[in-house]
Amino acid sequence: MSQRVVLDGADIDRALKRISHEILEANEGPKDIVLLGIPTRGKHLAKRIAKILESIDPAFENQVGVLDITMYRDDATSTERVIRTTEIPNGGINDKVVVLVDDVLYSGRTVRAALDAITDYGRPRQVKLAVLVDRGHRELPIRADFVGKNLPTAKTERVKVQLSEADPIDQVVIFQ
Amino acid sequence: MKHLTSIRELSKASAIALLDNAQQLSQVNDRDVKKLPALRGKTVVNLFFENSTRTRISFEIAAKRLSADVINFSAESSSVSKGETLKDTAQTLEALGADAIVIRHPLSGAPKNLAANNWISASVINAGDGSHEHPTQALLDALTMRQVIGSTTDLSGLKVLIVGDILHSRVARSNLLLLNLLGAEVEIAGPNSLIPEGIEELGATISNSFENSLAKKPNAVMMLRVQKERMQGEYFTSHQEYSRHWALDSERLSMLGADSMILHPGPMNRGFEISSEAADDPRSKVLQQVSNGVAVRMAVLYGCLSGGQS
Repeated sequence: MSQRVVLDGADIDRALKRISHEILEANEGPKDIVLLGIPTRGKHLAKRIAKILESIDPAFENQVGVLDITMYRDDATSTERVIRTTEIPNGGINDKVVVLVDDVLYSGRTVRAALDAITDYGRPRQVKLAVLVDRGHRELPIRADFVGKNLPTAKTERVKVQLSEADPIDQVVIFQ
Repeated sequence: MKHLTSIRELSKASAIALLDNAQQLSQVNDRDVKKLPALRGKTVVNLFFENSTRTRISFEIAAKRLSADVINFSAESSSVSKGETLKDTAQTLEALGADAIVIRHPLSGAPKNLAANNWISASVINAGDGSHEHPTQALLDALTMRQVIGSTTDLSGLKVLIVGDILHSRVARSNLLLLNLLGAEVEIAGPNSLIPEGIEELGATISNSFENSLAKKPNAVMMLRVQKERMQGEYFTSHQEYSRHWALDSERLSMLGADSMILHPGPMNRGFEISSEAADDPRSKVLQQVSNGVAVRMAVLYGCLSGGQS
């Protein structure tokens, strides 16, 4: 199996820093920002972005949580899946600016499920989407607001984001 | 997992995975919107040949929290009283669109029969059959024990004492199987006439004294309900006699360790097998058991109704 590294550890760091600055710029500061990571890699990315936001602007209130979308998938009954924890930060999401964080944006179905899940937890003022990699091939009218890297791929290829929290090293690889 | 008719269908790993999912689903109870869309479009039928308001309501809430449609079918008020067979009833329900049949039946083995005979392609979930098994009760008990001791895996080393009418108890049988699977040490105690022969082969030591068992400092004491409807006098001489030896009264409560837990499958006969003092003690986890019942049944319904047609 041939695999190619498209982002190494330093590339990922740089991309997350840029995304963090873009989030602050778009929101004109850290007010009301809530980061929600989608398990499992999105959760780690959300925590990293939260750390960077805090270092850039200490006024960021470190509102970071986890949003599991297993029970909201449009193919929820196709296979039995492990259900993971959802942790909504103590400030809730009502009237907040929720930034969804995921590792790879592909069909858009995960994000659609996440939007449904968010509705059950409250009514944010705005929902935005940050992803480390956008690989195209959308099946729904969904786009990301903050993108680490646009990566043109063939549908037969697979993209894997590896993060040191769960994997041996930080890198993004593409393979057949 | 297509069906759940017996704890014997679970491996240790699949039992723990089921409890993990139930633990996550128990969070839904704390939300404003207590509903998940996972089983939208599925139909769950509660087919009850025995009265059981609690178990039926628990399964009904579980199915509704997952957005399934629920039909309650109680046998007394149906064609069953006109002589319809279980096979015909089940096939009729499936023709009406049932994806899962939750069955409670007075005959041991009825759910297994329904699942194994290829009469229907719907999932079959055992909600209690005769004196055989009640798997979701054992799972909710195990989930409660895990939460109390703070375990996220098995129950290895946990000492559990089950007290009362073991002979008629499907709760005890399912618990024996699951607790052994999860590595707990089980002791059963009760009057000789209510301890079935050979029960130790399921993995339990037998005690004929509640006091001796309590002296061994069990981590959990599970009091079984005395099923008055099953007692016709020959099993013990009188209710007073039973209570004197086998009730969790204030004296026995004082022998219980400070971090032990009291479990009861409900409904409780206060003043008979359990005193009000014990039932209301902070160590009693009875209401936690009830909440966990919904979460466990959600996990079982999700498990049975997902995974395609395998």
